[in-house]
Amino acid sequence: MDWLAEFPSLGKRDLRDLKKGIDGSFREWSRSNGDAIEAFFDPLYFFLVWLEKLLIATPWPIILIIVAGLAYLGSRSWKLALGSVVSFMLIGYFGMWKDMMATISLISVSTLICIAVGIPIGILMSRYDRVQSAITPILDLMQTIPIFVYLLPVVMLLGIGRVPGLIAVCVYAIPPIIRLTNLGIRLVDKEILEAADAFGSSYRQKLFSVQIPLALPNIFAGVNQTIMMALAMVVIASMIGVKGLGMPVLQAVQNQYLTLGLMNGLAIVALAIIFDRVSQRYGQRLQAHRYGKEHE
Amino acid sequence: MSKTKLKIENLYKIFGPRGKSFIDPVKNGMSKQELLDNHSHVLGLNNINLDIPEQRIQVIMGLSGSGKSTLIRHINRLIEPTAGAITVDDEDILSMSQLQLREFRRKKTSMVFQKFALLPHKTVAQNVAYGLTIQGEQESIAKEKSHKWIESVGLSGFEERYPAQLSGGMQQRVGLARALATDAPILLMDEAFSALDPLIRTDMQNILLELQKDLHKTIIFITHDLDEALRIGDNIAILRDGKIIQKGDPQQIIMKPADDYISDFIKDINRGKVIEVKSIMQKGSSKGTSLDSSCSLEDALKVLNNEKNNECSVVDDNGKRIGKVTLDAAIGALFREKASRNKEKYK
Repeated sequence: MDWLAEFPSLGKRDLRDLKKGIDGSFREWSRSNGDAIEAFFDPLYFFLVWLEKLLIATPWPIILIIVAGLAYLGSRSWKLALGSVVSFMLIGYFGMWKDMMATISLISVSTLICIAVGIPIGILMSRYDRVQSAITPILDLMQTIPIFVYLLPVVMLLGIGRVPGLIAVCVYAIPPIIRLTNLGIRLVDKEILEAADAFGSSYRQKLFSVQIPLALPNIFAGVNQTIMMALAMVVIASMIGVKGLGMPVLQAVQNQYLTLGLMNGLAIVALAIIFDRVSQRYGQRLQAHRYGKEHE
Repeated sequence: MSKTKLKIENLYKIFGPRGKSFIDPVKNGMSKQELLDNHSHVLGLNNINLDIPEQRIQVIMGLSGSGKSTLIRHINRLIEPTAGAITVDDEDILSMSQLQLREFRRKKTSMVFQKFALLPHKTVAQNVAYGLTIQGEQESIAKEKSHKWIESVGLSGFEERYPAQLSGGMQQRVGLARALATDAPILLMDEAFSALDPLIRTDMQNILLELQKDLHKTIIFITHDLDEALRIGDNIAILRDGKIIQKGDPQQIIMKPADDYISDFIKDINRGKVIEVKSIMQKGSSKGTSLDSSCSLEDALKVLNNEKNNECSVVDDNGKRIGKVTLDAAIGALFREKASRNKEKYK
């Protein structure tokens, strides 16, 4: 009755050969194609480096003015704009200005990529049920698979540095914007769509003049979530060599530097709160028409 | 009788994944209930035949679930029929390609919805111009036209408001203006006034009738409200369980209800107001006062009562004598027939 006590499994040697085989062929493949793939991501790398250098080279008062301006434009709240400026000044005062600029450039680029890739995918999902049922499990996988598991092949392919970090952040942060774009479009009132059809709208006209505008609050909630998740990845991205506020946190963990960890951790939190509040307020203002408030 | 604008022939709609395969059983007499119980398909429309005359208001009336909203959505193919034919100006709607259909919807039909279905993120002016915008109309022309229609429904000054800032009645005026702005000859109105309260509803009916005097559109008007149907309909078709059980002008429906279902339906209306003299007219002539053939019973009774021998002559629109009417006949018409009392033959 031995076969009952032990689960029938592949022999140890077979298993080792299987793993070795796959590892070997992937390594081979990544060696032969690594350069090409790296070249493919080159523009991204240059853009990232350019933005980071630009942010660091820009005199700090100008950055503060831009921050205040964006925060006010997004939220229409002086309090929030003032709070953002004070937070930035505190972070800079404690010597984290450069790291913060690096983190902001990473978050901005990855959010832009997520929006550019995620919204079209979300639109496709909302149009075709088949696409939805094919992509939903992939999103589930992306959100639940341990991050290190997909960091591994990325690092094997691209080495360590900014670009693999960026890819890792995007993989982790893109699901909410895809999901909420799809959901937002699917939730648009059927009667309004019927009216658009009855007046002879084409699919494109319906998409751009009815579905997307009415889905915007949801799409924007997706953008907000994407930014938050990208920020959450900052520390993990630093493990594969991404500069920014995450790096000192990692050092602090490794060396038990309590203050260093706390300061950089709090700086990340401050950034997260600013991004979250500003983008949320902006999203709320997009729905003003629903409650009959005055519109700009 | 004006010419037929829209012709619906042998139209069937069976909801469900295998609708087509139940056409023959339904034609051979399978009932709605049987189809639902044994095959889980819903019989939406059952052999609809209707000729809709040009430039008139055709009312389609029925209670909820009778298929009236399904029927109106077949005219612009928001719902595809399972079998049958629909022609507009002798053009077959059902054989149109998607592109032709879009063109048809833009140029030939427009629609007003029960729940308004306005675009909440666009202003009143933008909503009214919507049909023109998607046709690629120049902005200045679209603006001008929409302004004109906003004015004609009495909403001047509200151009830059958003739908959520307006009351229900005002929102439906926007809906009406939006539908009129494309100058489409066929206007589909799906319970357009049902969501409004009674006073506003009467207002909207007046606006519609007033506009119709100049516009002469072919209007298909869906309602569940008999008073509304009698008030605005040139012709009425009554729908029940997806079948037309009577069609005719309002006078025919009241004077000769096709079955007990309809007599029950009309039992609560004010007959004195609705029935016109021409419906109770007899042959012959009378020396009494002349009454217009479309004069209501209520008004006629007063005149008849004052006549010496309780008789009046009836004249048509051109003043020509066409018959006579007596007090007895007028009083008789006020009483509804008792046929449906206590018996529920239908069901």
